[in-house]
Amino acid sequence: MALKGAEIMKMLPKTNCKECGYPTCFAFAMKLATGGANLEDCPHLDPQVRAQLEAAMAPPIKLVTIGAGENALAIGEEEVMFRHEKTFFHESGIAILISDKESESDIEKKLKRIKAFDFERIGQKLKIDLLALCFESGDKGKFEALVKKAYETTNFALILICEDTDVLFSAASLCADRKPLVYPITKDNTSAAIPKLKELGVPAGVKGQSIEALTSVTSELKDAGIEDMLLDPGSKNMLEGIRDQTLIRRAALKKGFRPLGYPTIAFPCFMYQDRFKETLAAAALMIKYAGIVVLSQAEAQFLLPLLVHRFNIYSDPRRPMTVEEKAYEIGNPGENSPVLISTNYALDYFIVSAAIEEANIPAYLCIKDTEGLGVMAAWTSGKFNGEAIAEFFEKYAMADKVKHRKLIIPGVAKKLVAELEEELPGWEIILGPLEGSDIPKFLSEEWKA
Amino acid sequence: MKYEPPLEKISVNIRETVLGQGEKSVKIGGENTLPFHSFEGSLPNSAGLALEVLDTQPENWAPSVLEPFEDVVSDPVKWAKKCVEVYGAEMLCLRLLSTDPMGKDRSPEEAAEITKKVTDAVDVPFIVWGTDMEDKDAQVLMQVARVCSGKNLLLGPVVKGNYEKIAKAALEHGHAVVAQASMDANLTKELNIALCKFFPPEKIVVDPTASALGYGLEYTFSIIEEIKQFGLVDKDKMMQMPILCDFGGDCWRTKEAKESREQGILWEAISGITFLLAGANLLVFRHPESLKLIKEMVI
Repeated sequence: MALKGAEIMKMLPKTNCKECGYPTCFAFAMKLATGGANLEDCPHLDPQVRAQLEAAMAPPIKLVTIGAGENALAIGEEEVMFRHEKTFFHESGIAILISDKESESDIEKKLKRIKAFDFERIGQKLKIDLLALCFESGDKGKFEALVKKAYETTNFALILICEDTDVLFSAASLCADRKPLVYPITKDNTSAAIPKLKELGVPAGVKGQSIEALTSVTSELKDAGIEDMLLDPGSKNMLEGIRDQTLIRRAALKKGFRPLGYPTIAFPCFMYQDRFKETLAAAALMIKYAGIVVLSQAEAQFLLPLLVHRFNIYSDPRRPMTVEEKAYEIGNPGENSPVLISTNYALDYFIVSAAIEEANIPAYLCIKDTEGLGVMAAWTSGKFNGEAIAEFFEKYAMADKVKHRKLIIPGVAKKLVAELEEELPGWEIILGPLEGSDIPKFLSEEWKA
Repeated sequence: MKYEPPLEKISVNIRETVLGQGEKSVKIGGENTLPFHSFEGSLPNSAGLALEVLDTQPENWAPSVLEPFEDVVSDPVKWAKKCVEVYGAEMLCLRLLSTDPMGKDRSPEEAAEITKKVTDAVDVPFIVWGTDMEDKDAQVLMQVARVCSGKNLLLGPVVKGNYEKIAKAALEHGHAVVAQASMDANLTKELNIALCKFFPPEKIVVDPTASALGYGLEYTFSIIEEIKQFGLVDKDKMMQMPILCDFGGDCWRTKEAKESREQGILWEAISGITFLLAGANLLVFRHPESLKLIKEMVI
């Protein structure tokens, strides 16, 4: 729970010395409470009080980074239970499980597939974040070989899963600079793990049989100065996962309960044998707060829906999603292809472009930058009026792209017809259907160059 | 620091709506907690999971979603029977596509006749859906209400422009209605208030309109979460109706769903689980496999 300005004020020197740049200690306290100022700016703060304040003002869920370099995954620092209250900030990481029991050729194939997985959708790169390497063979040499292979031949962030604490840390030392997550740290191996965690500086995946069991381990680690942790409450299926993840986030955010103030990890790969169910559980647990979900497989037809889902859930509801302004070529349009125009509000774009694809009639889809406003709002604010659209036509030389002079505009934009007839002399302005779903029919029945 | 589970008790319930009649009737809603929060409240009814039946041959369906129905698509009665007998559907959604004035433009009388035949053939509850054409839907659904009097059908969509006509017929003949307001919690509430002036609130299901994964899913998700919270947390009586999501068709129209069977099923199932997590009480699926997956996961 964030501290209020008045609470911070009580701990400040109250001298109003102005050295922090604010006129009074109270003004400084208010600024601190909203995150606009830094404690360092007060030169007269007792170090002990500063430490207390820092602890109290720390985000309720710690930001934890796994991995290093450009593939590092940072999760945590979430602020809300429901995305409409603000937004979810740090996308859940997606990890693919590889066991050292799998044959070398299978491992090779899996790695190859994961590395090749490169999907782009509306300018967004969709990607896998981590490899979860699992010790199941009982052979330390095999596990280390797997860890080395993943470390040396890929750039993914790593999770090391091994019940044998010695083997776990021995493997971690092979890739410590990659900051792998070591898992599981439990009540039984905490004291053995603490010196190793400190020595290697790697984050700890804490596992408990229940939420309560987690708290004693996280408290012990915290007391030892270790704060980079992820929590696994040991949920056995999707419904338990929803319950456990909800209670952990609620305890951290609404009760300010520090021992649970860390991001989480969930293992759909161990909950379900069925790949569909595993994927569905992962989708559900991404919504319900898992910082990382671990999957058993990396097949595109299972991953793509999940990646698109993550992109949807983690999009910021405070900002309308937009797409780039340009004259999109859908299919392979030519000089007789229809020309349509819409706003750069992402939903408008998705619907219209999908409808054109469905119609199977190549077309130019002009997407005008309206700062994410939909048709009528953009028209009202002058971003999608006759003048703005005429400018777009000039800029993208639409008159050179097609021989005909017909422009299809959104069906709701009746008011645009007259404006465009004036601004785009020579062009026939055609009012399209009201619903995006009627576009295919409209194009196939009405379109003639 | 001792951990106490931070449980939150809610003192009001979502209204319980009964659909259909007799042994196979289905109850939805009735919960006094957020979706799947059985650890802190009561969810007496699992979500209603309905399969779609069209009154006419489907057009442009992806092969992988046509395949389960291939032998029955020419006959809505056989189609409905297959959904129930083979795919175990506990509810159906009959879509009166052929009444579309821009398409076949079948008359309200014909549509009601088909509806009667199909709903007589199987004993599960039915949602009966128009074509989103306000005036035509009003004529069609009023006629359906009369001809299927007493069957407790769920008629929709009922919108601002036609709610009076349809809801009056539904009231007179013992049916429930789906109040539809597009992606806006305030409009949902306004329509409920207008309806409740003469229509029983426990016979209203709301439809905030659903968008498929990748095509606006997050808007639907958040609108449903908001409506649920207005109802349960803020105790707003006009926001306590069960929520319907009709999304299967939209999922299977996406290019991603058409790319492969597995991807299509997941496209629909992920959308479904997302809406359930937001608080939906009734889902309309197109593919029996997606419905089955969800059913097995949530029970």
